[in-house]
Amino acid sequence: MRKKVIFKGTLLPWLLLLPQLLITGVFFFWPAGQAIYGSFLREDAFGLSREFVGLENFSDILADPTYLAAGWNTVVFSSAVAFSALGIALFLAVQADKAIRGTNFFKTMLIWPYAVAPAIAAVLWLFMFHPQIGLFGRMINGMGILWDYKLNGGQAMTLVVVAAAWKQVSYNFIFFMAGLQSIPRAVLEAAAIDGARPMRRFWTIIFPLLAPTSFFLLVVNIVYAFFDTFGTIHALTGGGPGQATTTLIYKVYVDGVQNLNFGSSAAQSVILMAIVILLTAVQFRFIERKVHY
Amino acid sequence: MATLTLTSVKKQFAATQVLHGIDLDVADGEMIVVVGASGCGKSTLLRIVAGLETATSGTVRIDGRDVTALEPADRDIAMVFQNYALYPHMSVFENMAYGLKIRGMKPAEIRRRVDEAAQMLEIGPLLDRKPRQLSGGQRQRVAMGRAVVREPKLFLFDEPLSNLDAKLRVQMRAEIRRLQKRLGVTSLFVTHDQVEAMTLGDRLVVMHQGRAAQVASPMEVWGRPADTYVASFIGSPAMNFLAATLEPGGGAAALKAGLTIGFPDGPRAGAAGMPLTLGIRPEHIQLGEGGLDLAVDLVEPLGSETVIHGTINGGEALTVRLPIPAHGIGAVLPVILPWDAFHVFDGSSGRRLEP
Repeated sequence: MRKKVIFKGTLLPWLLLLPQLLITGVFFFWPAGQAIYGSFLREDAFGLSREFVGLENFSDILADPTYLAAGWNTVVFSSAVAFSALGIALFLAVQADKAIRGTNFFKTMLIWPYAVAPAIAAVLWLFMFHPQIGLFGRMINGMGILWDYKLNGGQAMTLVVVAAAWKQVSYNFIFFMAGLQSIPRAVLEAAAIDGARPMRRFWTIIFPLLAPTSFFLLVVNIVYAFFDTFGTIHALTGGGPGQATTTLIYKVYVDGVQNLNFGSSAAQSVILMAIVILLTAVQFRFIERKVHY
Repeated sequence: MATLTLTSVKKQFAATQVLHGIDLDVADGEMIVVVGASGCGKSTLLRIVAGLETATSGTVRIDGRDVTALEPADRDIAMVFQNYALYPHMSVFENMAYGLKIRGMKPAEIRRRVDEAAQMLEIGPLLDRKPRQLSGGQRQRVAMGRAVVREPKLFLFDEPLSNLDAKLRVQMRAEIRRLQKRLGVTSLFVTHDQVEAMTLGDRLVVMHQGRAAQVASPMEVWGRPADTYVASFIGSPAMNFLAATLEPGGGAAALKAGLTIGFPDGPRAGAAGMPLTLGIRPEHIQLGEGGLDLAVDLVEPLGSETVIHGTINGGEALTVRLPIPAHGIGAVLPVILPWDAFHVFDGSSGRRLEP
């Protein structure tokens, strides 16, 4: 039941909306507008003059192999982060749901990583996996595996994926936990009486009933991997070695802040903005349909 | 089709003893109704039989086989839940086929069995729908169908009618009974509704605080209740209870209200002055002079009959059900309590006293 409140004038509703509109305006529409405007301009190397170049920035970056490489990195990185974060969180949530004792302790411990800032989380992983000073880094090297994420691109990618996924597991865990608890106990009991063993119950009853939650989380995780992992990558690998861990969002920073190529950086931002708008639209469309039931 | 035998089944949740040792023998094809107020342990008993709870001690045998330690899947039973517990993401067909598929049955055989059950339950046109597109009664039928297709040894019903509206409940009650008779499957039916219990059961188990207060046929339970709890639980309006003491010789009782009641079926054992509780059903009390005066405080018309609540001499409450119209009932009503309609219970333990 939705209650409709009808205001007499238009002043009060606008006043009530004002703080939110101000925040959205200042922190979203203004910079977004700047980015769109900037994506059509090219600045000279000293920042003294600008000229309008139309869509040239876009055509340049789409033809740039380093940009396409960053795009591919992003695809690999995001899918690895999303699937490992979702898989691990689902496994943990199922275990926590089964546990009779200590569920609360288990839950609290699992939620903690979410409270850690991305850069700090990255430093944590850096200290653990540093080839010379990290506990695990030294251990891996001691086992005879050549581990140095600062030299090996694959290892660097693995490390940022692990660090980024670790943070997101908490978030996914909370949602999966809630999703599991909303499955009526009697439905699972009915399946047990129908002869389904625990594994079968999971794949034929629990998993399909979690589908809406999983889908929602998949989109959220992809958005997270696309946009919120800048701090993790920046602190851990700085996009390297070479370009091995440079994702699209990281490249925006590199081209704009380090290389001072504002036009290209703005155009990249606009492309990312389009991607996030698309993802959100997909999410709204499917979540409204509620997938299964 | 099978027998079910429970031997001193006990259940304890932490410090709370929920079941104090239940013994029950269910014959092949029999419909047993477990009835009791909420919290009496009836659902726990059913869940122990299903294997959804483990008994603290005691054994459950289905068809002579000890299943106490087995998983629900290995007991070959089917259960109908109170909220139906249909799989929300599956169609009606898939819901009914689920258990058969798990047993590795061939698709053609599954189709045949589901179609047959669907026809019997008149849900054939609904097979492609999802549970959310069904009404309460239809969901109930699907839940029944899911149990029927399995052709289990035992049907378990956990208050399956309590979520339906009154009219549908009566209709489904009759259908369940017909279906159970026709299939001849041994059944355990849990309910808190005494009318359901009376109409459905071959025998009733009246549960009270984790014990089986009485196990008997519905008419036996109604006609010869084992204690005051059973007497008050079965029958509507509930039986009247009057305090009394045993007269010397045991052949009669003196009511607190000042009337002496003889026992036509013979004297009860006990010392003179022993406290008794005498029970009499509201429908057995008659209108007439020479008995007690009932001070009327509430009149409930039921059409052809009238239920009258009041108090008698000494302040005890008495409910009377009379085949007279409600109008014209005065403030004081002379009533007769026929001697042969009385049930005699021990005043302290509440147990029935037989001659």
